[in-house]
Amino acid sequence: MAGVIARPPIPATPRIAFPPNWAVRLSLVMLAAYVVYASTILDVSWPRFVHGLAEGARFLGRMFPPNVAADKLALLQTGMLESLQIAILATAFGVGLSLPLGIAAARNLSIAPLAWTARALIALCRSFHPVIVAILFVKAVGFGALAGILALIVASMGFISKLLAEAVEEMSMKQVEAVRATGASFLAVLVMAVLPQVMPRFIGFVAYQLDSNLRNSALVGLVGGGGIGATLFTAFQRFDYDFVLTIVLVIIAFVMVGELLSGLMRRLFQ
Amino acid sequence: MSGIGSSTGGADTVSLRRWRRFTVPERILRSVFYLVVLLAVVWSFRSIEIIPEFLYDAPQQTADLFLRMWPIDWAWYPKVVHPALIETLHIATLGTVLAAVLAGLVALLVARNLTGSVALNLFGKFILVATRSVHTMVWALFFVAVFGPGPLAGMLAIAVHSIGFTGKFLAEAIEEVRPGPIEALRAAGAPPLAILLKGYWPQVKPAFLSIAMFRWDINVRESAVLGLVGAGGLGMALDTALSNLYWDQAGLVLLVIFGVVIVTEVATSWVRSRII
Repeated sequence: MAGVIARPPIPATPRIAFPPNWAVRLSLVMLAAYVVYASTILDVSWPRFVHGLAEGARFLGRMFPPNVAADKLALLQTGMLESLQIAILATAFGVGLSLPLGIAAARNLSIAPLAWTARALIALCRSFHPVIVAILFVKAVGFGALAGILALIVASMGFISKLLAEAVEEMSMKQVEAVRATGASFLAVLVMAVLPQVMPRFIGFVAYQLDSNLRNSALVGLVGGGGIGATLFTAFQRFDYDFVLTIVLVIIAFVMVGELLSGLMRRLFQ
Repeated sequence: MSGIGSSTGGADTVSLRRWRRFTVPERILRSVFYLVVLLAVVWSFRSIEIIPEFLYDAPQQTADLFLRMWPIDWAWYPKVVHPALIETLHIATLGTVLAAVLAGLVALLVARNLTGSVALNLFGKFILVATRSVHTMVWALFFVAVFGPGPLAGMLAIAVHSIGFTGKFLAEAIEEVRPGPIEALRAAGAPPLAILLKGYWPQVKPAFLSIAMFRWDINVRESAVLGLVGAGGLGMALDTALSNLYWDQAGLVLLVIFGVVIVTEVATSWVRSRII
C-alpha cells in the first residue's frame, strides 16, 4: 500500500455551502421598506397600537361573561334560524341554477357563443363580494331575508358553476361519445355520461358552498339582508358587547357543525 | 364503491341478474340524505319571512337603481375614490404580509413533523379554526371598536382572518416535506434554525408563495367592502355614497371595485403561470 490517499486540492477560496443570495436579500429589504411605507400611509403607529391594546383589554372585559338573558336568547334564536334558512335556500337555488350554467360554460359540451356568454355571467357573479350584491338586492327587493338569499344565490352560482365547468371540461369524452352513439338525447347524455363522472367533485363543491353560505349568511345581515348579521350589527351599535360574544360563539358553533355535516356529505357520495 | 344487489333466484339466474351500482346500506343512506335535504328546503321555504309588499315594485326599484347610477359621476374619482383605492390595496397587501408572518409561526406549531407535542398541535389548530370561523367583516367590527375606525382596523381584520386559511395550507405543505435534506442537515450538525431555513424553507417556498398570492387576491376583494363597517378603503367611499343616496357615486365605486378585482385576478394568474 502506498499509504497516501489522494486528496482533492484545497481551493483558493473555501467553498461556501450556501452562498449569499443577493436577489432574495434585496427583495426582503424592499418588502421591509414597503411595510414601513404602507404602515405610515395607513397611520399604523406604535403609540396607537399600545393605546388600542388598552382599549382591547377593556373591550374584552366587557364581553365576559357572555350574555345569556332569556330575551337575548330569543333574539339569537330567531336570527340564527333565519340565517340557517337563508343558507339552505341559497344553496338549494344556487346549486339548481349552477347546473345548467356550469354545463353551458363547459366548452366541450356547449357551443362557443353560449359558452362565452355563460363564462362572462360567471365572471360577473364572482367579481362582486356577497355584501355588495346584498346592498344592490336590498335596494331592489327591500330589507329582509330575500335580499340575503338572492345575494348568496349569486355568490353560489359564481363559485359552483365555475368549478363545475372546469370539472366537465376535464372529464373523459369517451363515455359521452358512447352514449351519443346509441342515439341518446342531450338530456340522456348528461344523465348517463356526464353526471356520473363529475358527481363526486360536484358534491364536494356543494358541500363547501353550503359551509361558505352558512358563514356568509351571518354577513349579509350587516347591510340589511336579514339573519343573525342584523342582530350582530345592532348589538355592536348598542355596545352590548357581552351579547356580541354570545352571537359570535354561536356562529362559530354553527359553522363547525356545518363543516362536520358537509364532511359527512362528502364521505357519503365519494 | 360498487356492489351487486339482490339477484332473483331460479334456474336462469344469469339472465335475470340485476346489477346495481351501490350496496343496500349506501342506497338507504343516500335516500335518507335526499329526504333530509328535501325537508330542510321545504322547512326553510315555508317558514322564511318574505315581505310580499316589497316585491310588487321590485322591477321598478331595480330599473330605478340603474337609472340613478347612470351617468356615473367621474368627477368624484380624483377627490375621494382614488385615495380610497390606494388605501384598499395597501390594506390588502399589508394585511396579507402580516398574515403570512403570523400564519408561518402558527403553521410551525401545527405541523406534526416539526412540533412533536400533541397539545401544541391542537393549540395551533384551534387558532387556525377560530380565526377562520369569524368572518373578516366581524373581525373588522371588533378592531374598529378597539382601534377606532380607519384602515388600521381593516388591515388587522384582513390579517387575523387570513391566518386560518394561510396557516392551514402552509402546515399541510410543511408536513409534506421530504425528510432527506433535513436528515442530511441534521447529520452535518446544523442548528435548528439552519435546518428550518435550509431544509424546510426551500421545499415549502413555492407553496408558500402561491398560497400568499391566492390569499392576496381574496383579500383585495374583502378589503373593498370592509369600509362598510368603518374599516377604511373603498367600502368607506361606497358607504358615504350610499348614505347620501348618491347612486351615481356608488356606481363609480362599484365600477372601480370591479376593475380592481379583474386586474388582480389577471395579475395573480399571470404571475402564477410565469413564476411558480
